[in-house]
Amino acid sequence: MFSEFLQYLFTGITIGATYALVALGFTIIYNASHVINFAQGEFLMIGGMGTVAFMGLGIPMFFAIILAVLLACLVGIALQRLAIAPAKNADVVTLIIITIGASIFIRGIAQVVWGKDYHVVPPFSGDEPIRLGGAVLNSQSLWVLGIGAVLVIALILFFTRTLIGRAILGTSMNKLAAQLVGVKTQMVLMLAFGLSALLGSVAGVTVAPITFTAYDIGILLALKGFVAAAMGGLGSGLGAVVGGILLGVVEAMTAGYISSEYKDAVAFSMILLVLFFMPRGLFGGRTVERV
Amino acid sequence: MFDRFLEWRMNYVLVLAIIVFVIPLLMENPFYFDLATQILIIAATVVGLNLLVGYAGQISLGHAGFYGMGAYFSAVATSAYNWPPLLALIVAAAVVGLVAWVVGRPILKLKGHYLSMATLAVGFIIAIIINNESQLTGGPDGMVVPPFSLFGWELSTFGLYSLLGLEIPGHVAWYLVAGVLLLVAVIIAQNLIDSPLGRALRSIHGSEIAARTVGVDTARYKSMVFVISAVYASIMGSVFAHFTGFITPAIAGFDYSIVLITMVVLGGMASPMGVILGAVVLKLLPQFLAGFQEYETAIFGFILMATMIFMPKGFYPTAMNAIRNKLGKSSGGKA
Repeated sequence: MFSEFLQYLFTGITIGATYALVALGFTIIYNASHVINFAQGEFLMIGGMGTVAFMGLGIPMFFAIILAVLLACLVGIALQRLAIAPAKNADVVTLIIITIGASIFIRGIAQVVWGKDYHVVPPFSGDEPIRLGGAVLNSQSLWVLGIGAVLVIALILFFTRTLIGRAILGTSMNKLAAQLVGVKTQMVLMLAFGLSALLGSVAGVTVAPITFTAYDIGILLALKGFVAAAMGGLGSGLGAVVGGILLGVVEAMTAGYISSEYKDAVAFSMILLVLFFMPRGLFGGRTVERV
Repeated sequence: MFDRFLEWRMNYVLVLAIIVFVIPLLMENPFYFDLATQILIIAATVVGLNLLVGYAGQISLGHAGFYGMGAYFSAVATSAYNWPPLLALIVAAAVVGLVAWVVGRPILKLKGHYLSMATLAVGFIIAIIINNESQLTGGPDGMVVPPFSLFGWELSTFGLYSLLGLEIPGHVAWYLVAGVLLLVAVIIAQNLIDSPLGRALRSIHGSEIAARTVGVDTARYKSMVFVISAVYASIMGSVFAHFTGFITPAIAGFDYSIVLITMVVLGGMASPMGVILGAVVLKLLPQFLAGFQEYETAIFGFILMATMIFMPKGFYPTAMNAIRNKLGKSSGGKA
C-alpha cells in the first residue's frame, strides 16, 4: 500500500522535474521578452535525438550530449534572431503562431534528418534499480533529479550573482531603463533563448533513457511545461519548479489510482481550477494594469 | 452607383456570393468539390472564431473542442438514438453554448497567456473525453455518421437531386448547401459586428479597463461572444460530421484548434474576407505541399512562420493595403 504510493511518488517527481525544467525554460524567455515559446519542447527533442545521432557517429556519450546541447542552444539563438526579433511589434496571437510555426519547422527538419523512429538513450550509469521502502527507483531518476537540482541552483546563482544574469533580470523588469544603463537588450534576449534551450535540451537528454525519444515528443512536453509554468505563475522561477513537480506528481497519482487514460485530463482540470481561484497562478505577482 | 456599392458595409458579401457560386461552374472532379465543401465549412467556423479573436481580442486555443463536441453530439444522437439530424444539430449547439457559457465566465476573467492556457485546457479535456468514451464515440478509431436528412429528404454526397430542372449530383448539392451556410454565417457575423455588441467588443479590444470605466459590462459581452463563437463551431462541426460521414477525435484536438486560430490570424484578423482567405490558404497548402513528401512538414512550418513574420497583419489586409496604395498613386494620390 505505502510502497505503491511511494512508487507513484518517485515516478511523479522524476517526470515532474522534467516538467519543471521545461517550465523554467518558458519562464526565462517569458521574463526576457513576454513571449510564450511553443517551440520549447523541440529543445528537449534536439537534446535527446541529437545525442542519439551523435552517438551513432561513434562519438562517446558524454561528448555527444555536449554537442546535442550546443546544437539546441544554436537553434534557440537562431529562433530568437531570425523569427522573434523581426516580429517584435506583433500581437500575442501572432507571436504564438510564429513559435508554433517554428516548432513545426524544427520537427519537420528533425523528421527528415533523423527519421521517424523511436530511439533509446542508454542510462547514464547502468540500469541497476535502487530499492527504497518497497518501491523501485530507477537510477536514471536520480540523474534527472540531481541534474535538475544543479541546474536550478546554478540558475539562482546566475541571476543573483553575475552581471549578465542581473542584466537579464533588469531587462525583464524594464527594457527601456535597462537600455539606458547600458544593457544590450538584444544580446540579453539572445542569451535568454540560448539559456532556455540549454535547460530544455539537458532535460531532454536526461529523461530520454526513461521515456524514449523521437522527432515528435516536443509538442506534448511543451504543453505540459506551459501548464506547469502557468500553474506556478508565469515569470516566477519558484512557481515553475513547484508547478512542474506538482503536475508530475498529480499525473502519476491519477494514472496509478484513478485511470491512466484520464491523467492528462486531470492535469488540465487542475490548471483550470488553479486559474479560476488564482488567475495569476500560485506564485504569480500582482500587477496593476495601465490604461 | 459604384460609390454607393463601395460604401455599402455588406458589399463584400455579394462578392463572396459570386465567388462561391461561380466556382462550381469551373470544377468537375468530385475530389475538388469535396475539398471545396470542407473549406466552406471550416471557413464558416473561423468566421465565428474571428468574432472572439479578431474583434474582442480574446485568444482561444481550444476551439476545436467545441467543433468536435458539436460533431460528436450530432453523430451519437443520430446514429445511436435515431434523432432527426436537424434536432440533434440544434440541441448540440444549445449544449455547447451552455458549456461555453459555464466555463467562459471564469475563464474570460483571465488575460493574455493565462487565457490561452485555460482555453487550451478546456479543448484538451473535451478531446480526451471524446477519445476515451469509446463505447459512444468509437474512441481513436472514429465513428460513422448517418447522412443529413430533413423530413425524410436525405442529403448525401452520393445522391442525385434535381433543382429547377437541373440534375445536381450529391457532391455539388453539398457544396451549394455549405456555400449558403457560409454566406449566412458571414451575414450574421457582420450584423453582430455592426450591433451594439460589436461596438462593445471593439472597445474591449482597445482597452478593457477603459471600456469598463465608461460602463461597458465587459464580462457579459466577453462571455456572450465566447458563446456565440462556440455555437458557430458546434453547428459547423455537426454539419461537417454529416458531410464526411466519418469523424475521428482529431477534429477536437489541440492541433485542430491551432489550425483554426491560425486561419484567423494568417488571413487577417477582424476581417471576414481575411479569415475566409486564411481558411482557403491553410486548407489548400497541404495539397500543394504533398509533392514535397518528407519535406512537407518542414515547408509548412516555414511558410507559417515566414508569413507571420513578414505579414503580421495577415494576407488580406496586407494585400488590400498594397492594392489601395497602387490605386491611390494612379489616381493622382487621391486615396
